[in-house]
Amino acid sequence: MSEYPDKKASPSYFLPRERLQALVDGLRSAGYRCIGPQTKEGAIVYDTLQSADELPHGVHDEQGPGSYRLMQHTAGRRCFAWANGPQALKALSFAPRESLWRVERDGNGRLCFRETLPTAAAIAVIGVRACDLAALRIQDRIFLQERYPDPYYSARRKGLFIVAVNCSHPAATCFCVSTGDGPSATHDYDILLDELDEGFVVAAGSPGGATILNGLALTSASDEQRRAVKEQNRHAAQVQTRSLPGRNLRDALFANLEHPRWQDVAERCLSCGNCTMVCPTCFCHAEHEQPQLDGSGSEHLREWDSCFTQGHSYIHGVTIRPDTRSRYRQWLTHKLGSWHDQFDSSGCVGCGRCITWCPVGIDITEEARAICGEAE
Amino acid sequence: MSNPYLLHEAEIVERIDEAAGIFTLRLRFTDSTTHGAYKFQPGQFNMVYLYGVGEVAISIVSDPRDEHLYDHTIRAVGRVTRGLMQLQAGQYVGIRGPFGRGWPLEEAQGRDVLIVTGGLGCAPTVSVINYVLNRRERYGRLIIMQGVKHANDLLWRDRYEQWAQQADTEVVIAADQGAALWPWHVGLVTELFDSIHLNTARTMAMMCGPEGMMRAAVKQLAQRGMDEAEIYLSMERNMQCAVGHCGHCQYGGSFICEDGPVFAYPEVKELFGVKGF
Repeated sequence: MSEYPDKKASPSYFLPRERLQALVDGLRSAGYRCIGPQTKEGAIVYDTLQSADELPHGVHDEQGPGSYRLMQHTAGRRCFAWANGPQALKALSFAPRESLWRVERDGNGRLCFRETLPTAAAIAVIGVRACDLAALRIQDRIFLQERYPDPYYSARRKGLFIVAVNCSHPAATCFCVSTGDGPSATHDYDILLDELDEGFVVAAGSPGGATILNGLALTSASDEQRRAVKEQNRHAAQVQTRSLPGRNLRDALFANLEHPRWQDVAERCLSCGNCTMVCPTCFCHAEHEQPQLDGSGSEHLREWDSCFTQGHSYIHGVTIRPDTRSRYRQWLTHKLGSWHDQFDSSGCVGCGRCITWCPVGIDITEEARAICGEAE
Repeated sequence: MSNPYLLHEAEIVERIDEAAGIFTLRLRFTDSTTHGAYKFQPGQFNMVYLYGVGEVAISIVSDPRDEHLYDHTIRAVGRVTRGLMQLQAGQYVGIRGPFGRGWPLEEAQGRDVLIVTGGLGCAPTVSVINYVLNRRERYGRLIIMQGVKHANDLLWRDRYEQWAQQADTEVVIAADQGAALWPWHVGLVTELFDSIHLNTARTMAMMCGPEGMMRAAVKQLAQRGMDEAEIYLSMERNMQCAVGHCGHCQYGGSFICEDGPVFAYPEVKELFGVKGF
């Protein structure tokens, strides 16, 4: 659905703040279920959106290693003045838990296998950030562009319509500038928003996006609004303080497999797997069997897995990675190192979630710097 | 888009007890079109599904020329394999495959073939041994080096004795612990490189088994001037999807399920022997 738009070529319009509901309505009447950010239980999460009023108006966030707080500014009108919460786009295309197939067994023990492909639900996601679009492109590569395209991922992915928002308020944990993935979206969206106080500068990134915008009969954005957007995007890039020590740390990591820092981080790491669950690119999953109690059939499921678990590296009686040191090293050397060999990119998009949601505040940028030095 | 996760029903046509806890299932897809279209190379594997329990990756040991059946030799070590051991001829399993890259048997034509295996490592390499012996004129000398922990662990003892009788074929076997009437070496199989007639310049080595054994064998071969690119090894890691999606068998820049399980040594050298990968 999404194309790779040439930003300069697509005209930008102005959507007044009070007409944001018209965009939601336009998407809904085009047949999409809208999903958008909402404040739930102290965090901004993606959930079904009926009304633009449900967006987190006036909400700001404060993130740090192992820390996430939301604040409500009563006078605040903006609804995207925060950085990503724990959820990425990932769950919408790569389901956290899904059925792969069912098998029925008859009285003679004969087995009949049936695939359980999801139906491609049309979902419009509002508020997607550049880092998550970069992650989506990485997951597309893993699940769709290698030797065995994944039909389950494909079915879900096809239904996605993306309304991206350029990030205006990066968190202290963000480092997408250093990975080259943000804060502004450049690809894979259908509609792109830039939020200003008075409303949104909007542009289409695909024919589908253009159709929705045409239905809204918007006026062109003013030169002043365009300038304000440009300045805001520049500022969002400037305020980021964290960075990885290089865009390709492959050689630096594999040259330091016995670095003492691995043991150091292992003494802090709980091996809980939070970092891998919030990571928008981690794709490991485990397969499980769920037999029916009456013995007539069984369902085969897959579920997100983590390389921080004991079972991840288990093979006939041996656990290849029995300790936290080897698991953290596995994660980091794959994410920032051998990912380049497999998928021609880093596996990190600089979203900073693994820093925020680590219960002990381990900072991937700090660990990478300690192990690799300034690689470039 | 074809679904690489979907299994096909296969019937156990014959079940053979090989040793305590080791058995062979001889299989045939119940759908004749599926069976007719099924082709594999020695060294490739199938995902074998036990109803209601799950799947396990098992190498195919039979000859690809056998259009009638394909065989899996399995050691009962986990939930799935212990359950598979209970099955009898006439019962059904699910199969998907073949997956992965097999042994370089085309490239090995005209060359001597050296097989080094340890433990049940012999199962994936038995397919090579039989492949070479069934096409004897295409290959040079065949050297089989097999190591086991205990003399009683040697599977297919009669086959080794039979192989040793073949022309241009050399068999050496070692057990860490010998037993009464054990005619072969007591110690490590990798101590036997001086006792074989090895011409490294014309040999291709294929190994499978414990990584410590393979590491020692690579070292011995390198000392004798063997080109590392002529050494192939079959790797094992946790595999759940077999198609490069689930992440469990990721090893450096490779997924063992998809890019292996057979690798030329230079492809895995960087991490081979580093504990934890």
